[in-house]
Amino acid sequence: MNINKVEEGIFKVLMKTSTLLVLVSLFLIIYSILQKGLPSLSWAMITQTPKGGFFLGKGGGILNAIVGSLYLAGGSTILGLFISLPVALYLNVYRTKTSQFADFTRLCLDVLWGIPSIVYGAFGFAIMLLIGLKASLLAGIITLTLMVIPIMVRAMDEVIMTVPKGLIDASYSLGATKIETSIKVVSKQVLPGILTAVLISFGRSIGDAASVLFTSGFTDRIPTSLMQPAANLPLAIFFQLSTPIPEVQDRAYASALVLTVIILLISILSRIATKKFTKHKSLV
Amino acid sequence: MKGLTYFSIALLFLILIGLIYKSVPILKETSFGNLFFSTEWQPLKMKFGLLPFIISTLYVTIVAVVISVPLCLLTAIYLSEYADKRVIAFVNPLIDILAGIPSVIFGIWGIIEVVPLVRDYIAPAFGTTSSGYTILTGGIVLSIMIFPIIIHVLLEVFETIPEDLKNASLSVGATKWQTVKLVILRKAAPGVISAIVLGLSRAFGETLAVLMVVGNVIMIPISPLDPGYPITALIANNYGEMMSIPLYDSALMLASLILFVIVLVFNFISRRILKNIERKIA
Amino acid sequence: MKKETEILVPLMTEVCDEGNICVEGLNVYYGDRQALKDINITLPAKKITAIIGPSGCGKTTLLKCFNRLIDSIDGTKVTGKVMLNGEDIFDPHADVIKIRKKMGLLSQRPYPLPMSIYDNVAYGPRIHGIRKKSELNQIVEYYLREASLWDEVMDRLNTPASGLSIGQQQRLCLARGLAVKPEIILGDEPTSALDPISSAHIEKKFVEFKNKYTIVMVTHILRQAIRIADYIIFMYLGEIIEHGPAHQVLDNPKDKRTSDYIKGIIS
Ligand SMILES: Nc1ncnc2c1ncn2[C@@H]1O[C@H](COP(=O)(O)OP(=O)(O)OP(=O)(O)O)[C@@H](O)[C@H]1O
Ligand SMILES: [Mg+2]
Repeated sequence: MNINKVEEGIFKVLMKTSTLLVLVSLFLIIYSILQKGLPSLSWAMITQTPKGGFFLGKGGGILNAIVGSLYLAGGSTILGLFISLPVALYLNVYRTKTSQFADFTRLCLDVLWGIPSIVYGAFGFAIMLLIGLKASLLAGIITLTLMVIPIMVRAMDEVIMTVPKGLIDASYSLGATKIETSIKVVSKQVLPGILTAVLISFGRSIGDAASVLFTSGFTDRIPTSLMQPAANLPLAIFFQLSTPIPEVQDRAYASALVLTVIILLISILSRIATKKFTKHKSLV
Repeated sequence: MKGLTYFSIALLFLILIGLIYKSVPILKETSFGNLFFSTEWQPLKMKFGLLPFIISTLYVTIVAVVISVPLCLLTAIYLSEYADKRVIAFVNPLIDILAGIPSVIFGIWGIIEVVPLVRDYIAPAFGTTSSGYTILTGGIVLSIMIFPIIIHVLLEVFETIPEDLKNASLSVGATKWQTVKLVILRKAAPGVISAIVLGLSRAFGETLAVLMVVGNVIMIPISPLDPGYPITALIANNYGEMMSIPLYDSALMLASLILFVIVLVFNFISRRILKNIERKIA
Repeated sequence: MKKETEILVPLMTEVCDEGNICVEGLNVYYGDRQALKDINITLPAKKITAIIGPSGCGKTTLLKCFNRLIDSIDGTKVTGKVMLNGEDIFDPHADVIKIRKKMGLLSQRPYPLPMSIYDNVAYGPRIHGIRKKSELNQIVEYYLREASLWDEVMDRLNTPASGLSIGQQQRLCLARGLAVKPEIILGDEPTSALDPISSAHIEKKFVEFKNKYTIVMVTHILRQAIRIADYIIFMYLGEIIEHGPAHQVLDNPKDKRTSDYIKGIIS
């Protein structure tokens, strides 16, 4: 009898410890990025593009990477939204919420969601070769868009699914066509869902390096057209860290801090946006 | 609308076809054995042995899962069965934040904290020396990266277990822990396996974080304190040269195809299982 | 036949004798909402008491108090006493395991544990320390017979319990509950998910068990209450409105709400 009590006691301690460990790992990560990055973070870092010899320790900043990342993430999120919103609406309005086709589509999207970004990168690269596109902002955006489509569709889908079916039916009976129904009723109801999807995909694409590694190129300048290559934060961090020069490595930590802050902001924003919806797919 | 929906399904098959198409040249030129059972990687000599990379990937993934799964199971059981609402309300958003952290940040953190830990403490404790850039380091970093997805899926699985089933066990005088151990975990077993497989496939395809801490030495790692060179790192590190050497790009595309197929199968099976669990409950 | 026995039994006793479940000033809150309001009642030993009342009136909540499953719901507050054999079930020092062992539970839908038929019945005994195979064999057979299930499953004891029909599953749950030798059987609409024949099976079992166990069951089926209950408790909005011998409550309800419910006006 008492062996049971002891066993339960031990496991309770283990459970609490594990939970604590999971949380501590998050704080540890943020703490060490802060601790390492803060000292070398400067105004110049985030307002200047790299000067000549930046990777050898000379002056300049990572503005090229910040802007490049914003372009890449912004571009792919906007493009992704144009593709994803109709799909999410189609799944919920034209198809009954539980049709086999819709289920199969959801399964495919979930599977796509799990595909490693390096595979998207390789695929995007293959497409680039096929259509004769060079490594550029455009190629990066296209690749990232492919990657965020499943994320966006499913994020919106989860929210639209919570729209009561009666509401959609009621609108039909008022004589609205299906297209009007989709746009008016559902869009209004799912605005927070769209917001979540946008934030999740923005966060995901701003932090992803593997998929743009082959496709967006890397440059010290801020791109002025879609056909120019574009830098991005994760790769800037990676390249700075790969140099043997301590000052450059320090700047990698500072860049990591910049990226972390952006990601945390997005996390907080999407929590606020989704506060009403308890059952949403989180950033997983 | 319809067209875009079909497009999103087709994307899955497009990627598959694209990667197969690009992998055909190397599969034609090189024998199966030389690709998958050879340890020789010398692109200039047209030797593309993928074995060290495949082994490294498997090794890192297994280490990550072995570390992660017990912690995630304990955490998920605690959150779903023991913790009160305030704890859950506090923990959930933090796990979501962890999920959003980009892999390059995990990689940097691995270099700052985990590499020295392995180099200065773990390796000496086992009587060896190490640079700190090892399979174990990669495994530790990855294990934390996959916390959120495993915990998230586990929580959803535990949520599907009917309260009345737990009550059935409690009502014959079982303790909460006995109920967890004998009933909940057993009932949740397929879901738990799905959660693990999803975590596994996430770890499997992770690139930058692993690449930064695992050493990238082409060899077959034996001990977890050996360095390794996972498939994803192979692809990422060689994108620059791949167009200049014949068949090199095809070899890397084949590597991507391998990743894709394995992850695809893992995901498909576990999503299927999860879907069925949901349907049975509904 | 049944009527005669009922005439012989006294009115619901106010004395907290051995075996009776005596509820004294019981209040239950879910958060701020009060689900049970000052419940005072004595449920007699070795009789069938049926709890009736409209949906949401607190029947399940009352049952959950008896075996303290109410504990596992977040944010509940309980005041008052439930006395059984001279001990308060809600005494902070009370042994919850021992209390639950004394009460078998049949829920609305059968919930077989995710294991074999044999293991389902052996689950309770094993938990309480019986390990010997021969002893377990005996227990399993005895209680499966008790629940009239043995003949149907004797040749497939090691197959998963989920393979049984719903009616068989409910009898299995009965056997599982009985196997820890309870004094009390609690049933929360135990036949509502079953087909008529399986329902009849369970009802028949309850009537048979009457002399061995104290049976408390929630039911929505008035005819079922008429068929098998000795006593009836009518609840409404968390209060006990009326209670007494079955025929008295059903044939001559004193309160208008009771008669309205019986006539089907409130449901
Ligand atoms: N876990 C809970 N949290 C909050 N309120 C609850 C909970 N369970 C029940 N309640 C509320 O307590 C009241 C009584 O519920 P209870 O389940 O006891 O009713 P019932 O009489 O069994 O109803 P039914 O006939 O539908 O089973 C209801 O108003 C219900 O909404
Ligand atoms: Mg009820």
